[in-house]
Amino acid sequence: MALLTVEHLQVDFRLRQQTLTALYDISFTLSPGERLAIVGESGAGKSLLGYAIVNLLRQPGYISAGAIHFHEQNLTKLGSRQWQQIRGKKIAMIFQDPMVTLNPVLTVGEQMVEAIRAHQKISAQAAKQLAIHKLSQVKISAAEQRFEQYPHELSGGMRQRVVIAIAMLLNPEILIADEPTTALDVTIQAQILHLLKQLCEEQGVALILITHDFGVVSRIAERTLVMYAGRIVERGPTLEIINDPQHPYTQGLLNALPQMALAGQRLNQIPGHMPSLGEHPSGCAFHPRCPYATEKCRWQRPRPIYSGISTVACFAIEELLAETNLEEGDDNHD
Amino acid sequence: MNMFERQPPTAPTRLSHLWGAIKSDKLALLALCIFSFYCLVALLAPFLAPYDIDNPAFMDLINGELPPVWLGGDAAFFLGTDVQGRDILSSILYGTRLSLTIGIGAVLIQLCLGICIGLLSGYLGGKLDAFLMRYADIQLSFSTMMVAIVVLAVFQSMFGGAAYQQLAMLMLILVLGVAEWPIFARMVRAGVLAEKDKEYVDAARILGVSRSRIMFRHILPNTVSPLMVIITIQIANAIVAEAALSFLGLGMPPSQPSLGALIASGFDYIFAGAWWIAVFPSITLVILIFAMNLLGDSLRDHLNPNGGWR
Amino acid sequence: MIGFILRRLLQAVLVMLTISFASFVIQGKLGDPVTQMVGQNVTLAERAQLTESLGLNDPLLQQYARYLSDALSGDLGVSYYHKQATLAVIGDRLPATLELSFCALLIVLLTATPLGVFAAIRPRHILSRLIVIVSTLGLSVPIFVVAMFLVYFFAVEWQWLPSFGRGETHLLFGFWSSGLVTKDGLQHLLLPSVSLAFVLAPIFVRLIRAQMLEELDSDYVRYAWSKGIPAHRVYFVHALKNTMLPVITVGGIQVGTLIAYTILTETIFQWPGMGLLFMEAVSRVDAPLISAYLIVVGLIFVLINTLVDLIYLWVNPRVRIPGYGQ
Repeated sequence: MALLTVEHLQVDFRLRQQTLTALYDISFTLSPGERLAIVGESGAGKSLLGYAIVNLLRQPGYISAGAIHFHEQNLTKLGSRQWQQIRGKKIAMIFQDPMVTLNPVLTVGEQMVEAIRAHQKISAQAAKQLAIHKLSQVKISAAEQRFEQYPHELSGGMRQRVVIAIAMLLNPEILIADEPTTALDVTIQAQILHLLKQLCEEQGVALILITHDFGVVSRIAERTLVMYAGRIVERGPTLEIINDPQHPYTQGLLNALPQMALAGQRLNQIPGHMPSLGEHPSGCAFHPRCPYATEKCRWQRPRPIYSGISTVACFAIEELLAETNLEEGDDNHD
Repeated sequence: MNMFERQPPTAPTRLSHLWGAIKSDKLALLALCIFSFYCLVALLAPFLAPYDIDNPAFMDLINGELPPVWLGGDAAFFLGTDVQGRDILSSILYGTRLSLTIGIGAVLIQLCLGICIGLLSGYLGGKLDAFLMRYADIQLSFSTMMVAIVVLAVFQSMFGGAAYQQLAMLMLILVLGVAEWPIFARMVRAGVLAEKDKEYVDAARILGVSRSRIMFRHILPNTVSPLMVIITIQIANAIVAEAALSFLGLGMPPSQPSLGALIASGFDYIFAGAWWIAVFPSITLVILIFAMNLLGDSLRDHLNPNGGWR
Repeated sequence: MIGFILRRLLQAVLVMLTISFASFVIQGKLGDPVTQMVGQNVTLAERAQLTESLGLNDPLLQQYARYLSDALSGDLGVSYYHKQATLAVIGDRLPATLELSFCALLIVLLTATPLGVFAAIRPRHILSRLIVIVSTLGLSVPIFVVAMFLVYFFAVEWQWLPSFGRGETHLLFGFWSSGLVTKDGLQHLLLPSVSLAFVLAPIFVRLIRAQMLEELDSDYVRYAWSKGIPAHRVYFVHALKNTMLPVITVGGIQVGTLIAYTILTETIFQWPGMGLLFMEAVSRVDAPLISAYLIVVGLIFVLINTLVDLIYLWVNPRVRIPGYGQ
């Protein structure tokens, strides 16, 4: 039984003159305790997807179609009261930049205690004890002292640990982490990722990790969704996707990784830019940047098909599969 | 490389963008119409006014304090007359002309100073930039009204009332103009900093285009639409400031009244029940300022990508 | 941070020096102090002697230094009209202006904050649109027009409230003549302070609304929502606290506006405060009083502005890190 099911989700931006679609027909599931990565360049819509799940889209963005089921509830139908019961308690979030997510004028302690007391009727003293316990759980030294400090008095890595501690305060079932390490130094990135993975494993929390970095994905996630221009273009087990990426976009992302380049060689960046909202190309949105693009890709949209390794939406793969099927069929005839 | 970045966006498209904003907003369109109407009236005041205010016969005590026509006044004076028998409608038409002239004149000075200093500060940067912006901050922290009251009061007591009246209009334009240039300078400077490192500026520099040409022909046009917003609001502010100064007796003299001076001269008579002397100029002034503020707000909302949706 | 405070203080001193130089020039150039002291009926020799003894032939800078040291010891000259030390004259009028400003600011604070916050929290509500339109209208109505309408209705038509003067006052603590403790005084205070508040409130409503809207759109407010804390906490603890910081700064800048508007208000209502005193001094060409007013108001202005910056520093934990605000 899936913990979270997203079905045909569409997110639109209603502007004065027109309505632009940012996410098209997104469907996926998340099982309890599973770790799922959503990968793509900035502008792919992966963060929007994260915010759509917890209904925190910024105006004028809104969910225009589809459903999100969490246990038995359809999250798209909830009122603000019911949302308050779910956010922070059942589904917690970690934002990209801890510098701008923690409120600068409140102490770490205030921001932790308010989260606890919003969901549990316990005394301020007990809440403080719990908060300090969680702080030490994310390996913050001198937790009692940190409790009294303001966010800017902590280092970047320390702040993100605080954010993780806040996310874990009420033992949520799902944790959505939006680029949790992008704003941090490389050395601290590894520590934070390790901590995240460890906490999720220990407490059986399902994780949705939103990132642009396949290096991060490989270390944490069991399954991966690759997004491009508001659509899922490839999905499958992380290991398979990394070892044998099917979609040209996924291949491009992986080739661009520094680890993939030989010493002294230039990094293989994908040429061109992610199209911005309202400028999504016709057909396969990736065709202007795709080395294999054909006339068909310009006008028709590929459907997701199972390639034997992952589920991909690409005509090149489709043709390749058709050829092999044909050959197999020919063999059978003979 | 986005090909759009190589070409400087041209001013006409920016202005048509603004026009689009106004067209889509009925309130802004109404405000623009009102403003245009005022400008037209101000331009044509000598032809529209039933009486020539410069004619000595304009003042006739026999016609003093006549109420508006619909309250039993004389049909010759639609909005009534003041204590000296001057036709209020004519005074308002000429007053509007004066108020708008002073407002626009002051903003032109602000604009010229602001653009030059802003471009210089933003483009050259360094110590000069730091000094100019610090100075701008300090000058802005003094409210314009406070500075204007003090400066004009001192000038008035220095020159004496009669001589001051000759200079009043020039002084008002100068003081209001010089007091608020930092608003434009900051805006232009921010625009310069945003545009300075874009490709088309680099390209122009490599082609050997001179600095001043880069600044005025390439960078400045891109700050046109935010400037339009400030211009609208600043003209409104200048007119209000002028009215307040005239009300205090530091602005236009009673012999050459702007809207503020008209209200001031009528103020004392509301106790005597002759409310129309002050009320009609007040309504004229408030409608003009309100329209301009609405226009400015609407343009700002449209230019600010976040505000645009609200 | 200490560097910031020092720089701020240095700036305050520089501004004060500029103001004092301006008032020194006004004092010297405006009118003729010798004629003011002895009148027209003295010989040229006597005049020359007096000029010399007053030090008016000394180099300008030396005169300025003398003016400055006198000012620092609390001597800003004698008013031509009142024949009293200018500081004493101003001191007599100070309570009236401060009480008027205080009441107006109180009204502004009590009305602008809830209205601005509401307009930001419920941007699509019909009331919010009304608040925005009315505050724009309020911004467009000059204070004397507001005052005129208030006076016309409340004082002339209905005769509920007095239209000018300060009414009955009581001496408090031996030096503060207060209108706040008598019914008559409060009645006189009502129209002027409401007029003053009416033109100041829209500035703050718009400011609070705009700032609050920005804060509500910020990452940390979205993060606060994601923690599932109650809405009132998100609005009033997370967003409002950050909203008020810039409001404090801009509020400090509005001190100049407040001073200008008190001059207008006091002139309209014949309120016997410093602003009216200044306008009287201008019409009487009372040079020492004009320059003393500039010094006193300049000092109040610089003090409040510096204080506001320091308060900002104290309230905002972010600024307490070295290198901020560079």
